[in-house]
Amino acid sequence: MIVGDRKPIEEIKEMLTPYKKILLVGCGTCISVCMTGGEKEVGILASELRIISDLEKKGWEITEDTIQRQCEREYIEPLKEKFDQADVVMSMACGVGVQYMAEVFPHKIVLPAVNTTFYGTNVAEGEWQERCAGCGDCVLDKTLGICPVARCSKGLFNGPCGGTDKGKCEVNKDLDCAWYLIYNRLKEHGKLDMLDEVMSIRSWKSSLHGGPRKRVREEAQK
Amino acid sequence: MSDEYTPKIVAFCCKYCAYTAADLAGSMRLDYPTNIKIVQVLCTGRIDVLHILKAFEKGADAVYVAGCEPGDCHFLEGNYRAVKRMAYAKELLKEVGIEPERLEFFHIGASEGPAFAEAAKKMTDRALELGPSPLRK
Ligand code: SF4
Ligand code: SF4
Repeated sequence: MIVGDRKPIEEIKEMLTPYKKILLVGCGTCISVCMTGGEKEVGILASELRIISDLEKKGWEITEDTIQRQCEREYIEPLKEKFDQADVVMSMACGVGVQYMAEVFPHKIVLPAVNTTFYGTNVAEGEWQERCAGCGDCVLDKTLGICPVARCSKGLFNGPCGGTDKGKCEVNKDLDCAWYLIYNRLKEHGKLDMLDEVMSIRSWKSSLHGGPRKRVREEAQK
Repeated sequence: MSDEYTPKIVAFCCKYCAYTAADLAGSMRLDYPTNIKIVQVLCTGRIDVLHILKAFEKGADAVYVAGCEPGDCHFLEGNYRAVKRMAYAKELLKEVGIEPERLEFFHIGASEGPAFAEAAKKMTDRALELGPSPLRK
């Protein structure tokens, strides 16, 4: 899922200060599951904003709504009336949702309430960890399922580096060294010889370095 | 100010411990402030930060959540979860400009009528000391 953090309240306040009628929109998918921008978090932020508005005489009128997904037009379109009535829209979705709502309703400004941070998983109650960086050319077959792009602090393809320390990464002692994990994983499967193969220098064109990416599937087009 | 100011206090009490204690405080004819509005919940684990924010939004001067003693929760760990959520709710209160001391958590066992009365007094005193909620000024 896509994981994000709510922006600091001061930043949100500053963004909203010029406006009166605010539509706060949550997203019921990833950002809801990571407990940052779903229906409940929309309720919490709306309540906070109403209190701030009262105390600081901001005159905000907050309308709340949460849709299933902000990255799909059919869920956004029914919000038309609410968009029309608002001075500004604040999205609690990931950056995709913010942008796509603004694309569907270009006459409105859509502000982000969330810092979109990573693609990750919910490893335990209340804890999410990064797993993939969407590099566009997956090498998980070579590491048996541990991503060196997202999980090695230096993104090394032929690790570990000299900083690996009893399973931890030199960049931050709280982080597992990804290459230590990869080594153990290969060993577990009796495939340590895979490490003899040097991973070649790769092209990062498939990653953001080749410009924004796009996928067209003709068989799915009209 | 305290002459005309009677604090509005909301107490979320779990059915199995704190609410039973409140009942007991009544049967024991213990004296405790009458300005407490008790909301019974099945377990304090049910209390969300949103309930707390709403109570303040609607004009509460203080809010407290009262649940079972540590280790005694009818649902095993609802009270532990509530304690953590209250810590988070305090942070949210601080960020919007409401004194976090207006919110508290108490562990009150079912047989502790006097502890219930004491918590009610403590929160009333605190609300008197802090004055009306900034939202009511
Ligand atoms: S190698 Fe690339 S696509 Fe595969 S998990 Fe890592 S970042 Fe994601
Ligand atoms: S210690 Fe491990 S995870 Fe950290 S940078 Fe080096 S190889 Fe990568």
